[in-house]
Amino acid sequence: MSVTTAPPAAEPIPVRGKGLEPRTGGWFVRIAVLVIVVIWMIPTAGVLITSFRPEALVDTTGWWTALAHPFETSQWTLENYRLALDTGGFASAFLNSLAVAIPATVIPIAIAAFAAYAFSWMEFRGRYLMFIAVVGLLVVPLQMALIPILRLYNEGAIVANYYVFPDLDLNGTFLGVWLAHTAFGLPLAIYLLRNYIGSLPSSIIESARIDGADHFTIFWRLIIPLSVPALAAFAIFQFLWVWNDLLVAYVFLGGSRETRVLTLALQGLVGREGENWHLLTAAAFISMALPLLVFFSLQKYFVRGLTAGAVKG
Amino acid sequence: MTTGSELQPSGEGTVEQPPVTRAPAIGVFLLRVLGAVAIPIVAFFLLWVTFDFLRDEDANRLLVVGVAIFVGVAGVFFLYWGMNRAIELLPERYREGVRPYVFVGPALVILSVFMIYPVINTILISFKDSVGEDFVGLDNFEFVFTDRYMLRAIRNTAGWIILVPLAAVSIGLAFATLADRLGRGESIAKSLIFLPMAISFAGASATWTLIYAFRPEEFGSNIGLLNGIMIGLGQNPVPWLQQQPWNNLLLMVIMVWMQTGFAMVVLSAAIKSIPDEILEAARIDGASELQVFRRIIVPTILPTIVVVTTYMVINALKVFDIVFVIGSPEANGTVVIAERMIDWFFISNHDGRAAAIAVVLFVAIVPVMIWNIRRFREEEAIR
Repeated sequence: MSVTTAPPAAEPIPVRGKGLEPRTGGWFVRIAVLVIVVIWMIPTAGVLITSFRPEALVDTTGWWTALAHPFETSQWTLENYRLALDTGGFASAFLNSLAVAIPATVIPIAIAAFAAYAFSWMEFRGRYLMFIAVVGLLVVPLQMALIPILRLYNEGAIVANYYVFPDLDLNGTFLGVWLAHTAFGLPLAIYLLRNYIGSLPSSIIESARIDGADHFTIFWRLIIPLSVPALAAFAIFQFLWVWNDLLVAYVFLGGSRETRVLTLALQGLVGREGENWHLLTAAAFISMALPLLVFFSLQKYFVRGLTAGAVKG
Repeated sequence: MTTGSELQPSGEGTVEQPPVTRAPAIGVFLLRVLGAVAIPIVAFFLLWVTFDFLRDEDANRLLVVGVAIFVGVAGVFFLYWGMNRAIELLPERYREGVRPYVFVGPALVILSVFMIYPVINTILISFKDSVGEDFVGLDNFEFVFTDRYMLRAIRNTAGWIILVPLAAVSIGLAFATLADRLGRGESIAKSLIFLPMAISFAGASATWTLIYAFRPEEFGSNIGLLNGIMIGLGQNPVPWLQQQPWNNLLLMVIMVWMQTGFAMVVLSAAIKSIPDEILEAARIDGASELQVFRRIIVPTILPTIVVVTTYMVINALKVFDIVFVIGSPEANGTVVIAERMIDWFFISNHDGRAAAIAVVLFVAIVPVMIWNIRRFREEEAIR
């Protein structure tokens, strides 16, 4: 690929009334976009349709055959969802996912907001180095942390015969998962929030200080209300990440029926070589329902959060 | 210029602090450490006590969530508030020296315990035996680079980190460019492509098994979409997920399907930030749309393309869920590095080897880490 630099913008071009290439494309663009969108939708459509078909039909004919006569009501059912929620244990898995995801979203945001404020607006020794460390931690693979943390949870840490970290038996508890997710989410949270909080106009903060407000008041009364968009963007991010996570839940919570989250319950179903398609698809859709809802209702924030993190300047 | 984001240690950019009179260094240091450690320890203790109580009651999940949210939000806030009040009690000359550490401290303590300590510890364990007790020198690394499945996993992962970002970024860029010209319907089209981003890898894998599904003859009819097409074309159905080595490509398709939306959204934002005058100027000079794309759009957004690609490479390097959920990676030859690590950790119970595999992942990412830090410092220098 040839890398040419963009031509510098010359003097403003006199805008001509006609003759400019239209910005919207013709049929080619429309058809190309449509084709890609349809291809992208097929997998999800397959799951959605299958999940509403009775077991006998799911097992004998492909889901696309249902499209031939969509108004034949005998081929639709809600039975799969009832089965998945009750006997499949997906109702309790859903609650477990909530019990993991909500605290694991809220706690890191609270901690990161304070840290981001300090990194942006407070003077202290070592803040540059500390923040560099946070930037470095952004890409450290989760896998590096699994074994030692699991050991901390099971045995604590002993240095010279003293417990530096007590043996708390956190493995398999929600608290253990919250802490792990909090830590894994913190670098990105601090990084994104500092970008935002640091770019707030300094005049606001200066005038507040002149009026005698201390850092805590400024943070709580001024910074938090102003940072709602950034906080929301990260909240969506972290929520989706935790909700969709399989690895951390598998390692720290395990697959027992009482504590397993949706992704683990789903994994248990897929493993069984293609049987139970009617259950699997209903279950898959149950696991997607909440993220899709979050995604569609808060899409604007989500996209803003993405672009804030990845394209800067 | 006063921007709060300057991070130079002695930068004069930030809000003027009240003059701090000299305080005894040791005292300040101890107070700082105390301030930093107090909140996480108290918070943890609170959570642990509350949670223990709830576990004894065999509590219902909604209650657990309720308590957690309460402790997580109100609790954390009151802890910071309480610490702030405690600082107010200090003699004035100590206050501003200690306060920042109360704000940053909790985050740093958590990161140290859950990330920095584990990284060091994992590196140590990678030189030890299966239970992590005695040092065994380089044995684990010798295993990593000689074991049949590990070599396979390294090859496969190399495929993942090249092909997935390439496909996802190309399709994402093409779609962003096309959708940009769509006018009406652009945002709907973009949302639909972006939608798989919201789904879990486990959900996506379940979704795609429905496409790749295969049943041998006399074991029922084939309900997978691909085999439906094969039969429609008069061919024999194919066990797609067992076709080595092509099954790896089929698994990569799942990740491409999920990540293209991300690339598309970020690249689309970059394309939209190109000033219209530049594009119009080129068009007036007679450049074709393809030339505009190749000569102007791509070079202008190149930095963004690099960032997105890097992000995808890191994700592909760590891929685990897809391979794990689809199942039988050893038999099907779809093993990848991150999946091997979990396998050796949980199934084969060899901590040393698992740690060594994690270290290989880490070493592969270190260049990105350095590049990231360097890029950050350059950006800070410009700001």
